[in-house]
Amino acid sequence: MAVPDEHRRGRLKVFIGMAAGVGKTYRMLLEGHAEQEAGHDVVIGLLESHGRAETAGMAEGLAVIPRRRMRYRDTVIEEMDLDAIVARRPELCLIDELAHANAPGSEHAKRYEDVEAVLESGIDVLSTLNVQHLESLNDHITELSGVRVRETIPDAILGRADEVVLIDLTPEALLDRLRAGKVYPAERIDAALNNFFKIENLSALREVALRQVAEEVGAKRLTTELIGSREESLAAAAPQAVGERLLALVEPYPGTQRLVRRAWRSAQRLGAGLDILWVRPPGKDLSEQEERSLMALRQLASVLGARMFEEESDDLPGAVAELAGRRGTTYVLIGRSRPPRGLGRLRTPLPQRLMQRMPGVDVRIVADRSLRPNGENGEGS
Amino acid sequence: MSVGVIVAVACASALLGIAAGYWLPPHGRVPARERREGENRRILLPFTGEEISRRSFEAAVRLAKAEDAIIMPAFLAQVPMSLPLETALPVQCARGMPLLEAIEQRASSQGVPVDSRVGRGRSARDALRKLIEQEHFDRIIVSADEDPRAGLSYEDLRWMLDRVPAEILILRPAPQDTRRISIGAVKGHF
Repeated sequence: MAVPDEHRRGRLKVFIGMAAGVGKTYRMLLEGHAEQEAGHDVVIGLLESHGRAETAGMAEGLAVIPRRRMRYRDTVIEEMDLDAIVARRPELCLIDELAHANAPGSEHAKRYEDVEAVLESGIDVLSTLNVQHLESLNDHITELSGVRVRETIPDAILGRADEVVLIDLTPEALLDRLRAGKVYPAERIDAALNNFFKIENLSALREVALRQVAEEVGAKRLTTELIGSREESLAAAAPQAVGERLLALVEPYPGTQRLVRRAWRSAQRLGAGLDILWVRPPGKDLSEQEERSLMALRQLASVLGARMFEEESDDLPGAVAELAGRRGTTYVLIGRSRPPRGLGRLRTPLPQRLMQRMPGVDVRIVADRSLRPNGENGEGS
Repeated sequence: MSVGVIVAVACASALLGIAAGYWLPPHGRVPARERREGENRRILLPFTGEEISRRSFEAAVRLAKAEDAIIMPAFLAQVPMSLPLETALPVQCARGMPLLEAIEQRASSQGVPVDSRVGRGRSARDALRKLIEQEHFDRIIVSADEDPRAGLSYEDLRWMLDRVPAEILILRPAPQDTRRISIGAVKGHF
C-alpha cells in the first residue's frame, strides 16, 4: 500500500450538483469504494448522511476517522478532525460538504480551508458542493430562488480543483426522490416542497450548475493550452471554448444602451456570460453628456450582471482581440459604425478588421432601429 | 482664356470634389450621435413593471416633439433587503429590458430621441431618488395609476411633488382608457 508523498500536493476532485439530494455524496462514496478495491488506502474524513439510509449503507466498509467533539456555549458540536486525518495519512480522504462553516473555536473557519491543509499533506480528497454555495453565484441564485445560502466558498477553490464532476438529475426526478423520503425525513418534506424545492427553482439551479461546470472545463482547457504552447495566441484558442461568451463594444452615447440590451438578451438565450468593452482613445476628454452616458452604461452593466471593461488604446481591433482572447469570447457585438470620413474611407471597415484579428469569433452588427422606415416598426399593443 | 487655365480650373474643381467626397459624411448628413444633445430638454418616464400607461407615453412623446426634448425612460429595479444593493437583477431585467426596448422603438419610430436609464434601489422610490441625484432632467411624467403593478404609489407621487426639483406631470387615472405599452410591443428580434 502506498504512503502519501508529503512533498506532493494532493489532488482534489469535487462532485457538484444543483441541490441536496441529487446523489453527490453517494457518488463520492461509490468512488471511494472503487479506489479501495483497487488497493488504495481510503478513509472517510467526514460524512453528512442527513439520515439517508442509502448513503449510510454505501459508507459501510470504508474506514471512518471519528469526529472531534467541541464545546461551544454549553453545546457539544462535532466537527471533522483535521489533525487525526493528517496523522493517519491515507492516500484518499472523503470529505463531504466543502462549503461547511466550522464551529467557532475550530482551527479554520471553513471546511475548504481544512481541505486545503489535507491536500498540502499530500493526501488526495474527494468532496461535494452544491452550486448555490459558490460565492459569485450566491446573489444570482438568491434572486432566482428567494433563499439565501449563508455558507459560501470562493470560486477560486473550485477553480483549483483537479477534477469537477457534475452530478445531474432532472428536477422532476429530484422531486420524486424528495417525496419518497430519500432526501429529507418525512417531517421536513412539506416545508422543503413549499420553499426551496420548487420545479422553477430546481430548473434554474440545474442550468446554473451545467453552465458552471462547462465554464470550469473551458477555463481549464484554455489554461492548459497556454501553458503548453506559449506561441499560441489566446485569440486562436478562444473559439474552441465550451461555453459561449459575448462581448459588446460600446461608446458613451445614448444609443449604445440598446446594443447592451440586445447583447444581454442574446446572452440569456445562449446561456452565455456577457462582457462590455469601451476602448477609450488615449487622452480623450469626455463631454458632460458622454460622462452621463458612461455612468448609465456602468449602471446598466451592473444591474444586468455583465462585466464592464474600459481599456485605453488607439488600436481598437487589437484591444478587442486582446480582451476577447483573455475572456474566451465567442461572439462580438458591435453597433452601426460612424460614417467614415477623410482617409478613414480607405481603411478596412471595423467588422472585417475584427474578423481578421479574431478568426473563428462571430461578429454581429446590431441594427439601429431608429433608422428603420416607420411602416416597418408597426404598432404594438 | 487659355486652354491651360481652363484645364487648371477643371483639375482644381475635380480635386475639390474628390476631397469633399472624402471629408464629408455620406449624403452631407451629420450622424445623430454627433449632434449636440446637451441643449435638449429631458423628460423622465419612470416605470417599474412590465407595462406602462399608453397615455403617459403619448404625453411624453407629444411634449418631446413640442420641445425638441429627449425622452428618458427609466426602469426602476427593486433590490430585496436580503441582497446587496449592487447585486445583479436578471429576473427583474427580463421584464424591464424588453419594455425599455419597446418604448425606445416606439419613440424612435416617431422621431423622438431616447436616452434610457436603469435605476436601482430598495424600493421604486429609493431607485427614483438615486436616479434623480445622478441625472439631469427637466420634467417627469408619471401616471397616477390605481394598478400597483404599474409602479409608483400615490405616496410616491406625493413624495415626488415634495422633493423632486423638476416639473412633474401626473396624469389623472382614466379607467376607461386601459391601453398600455407592454413587453409584447417589442418588434423584431430582441
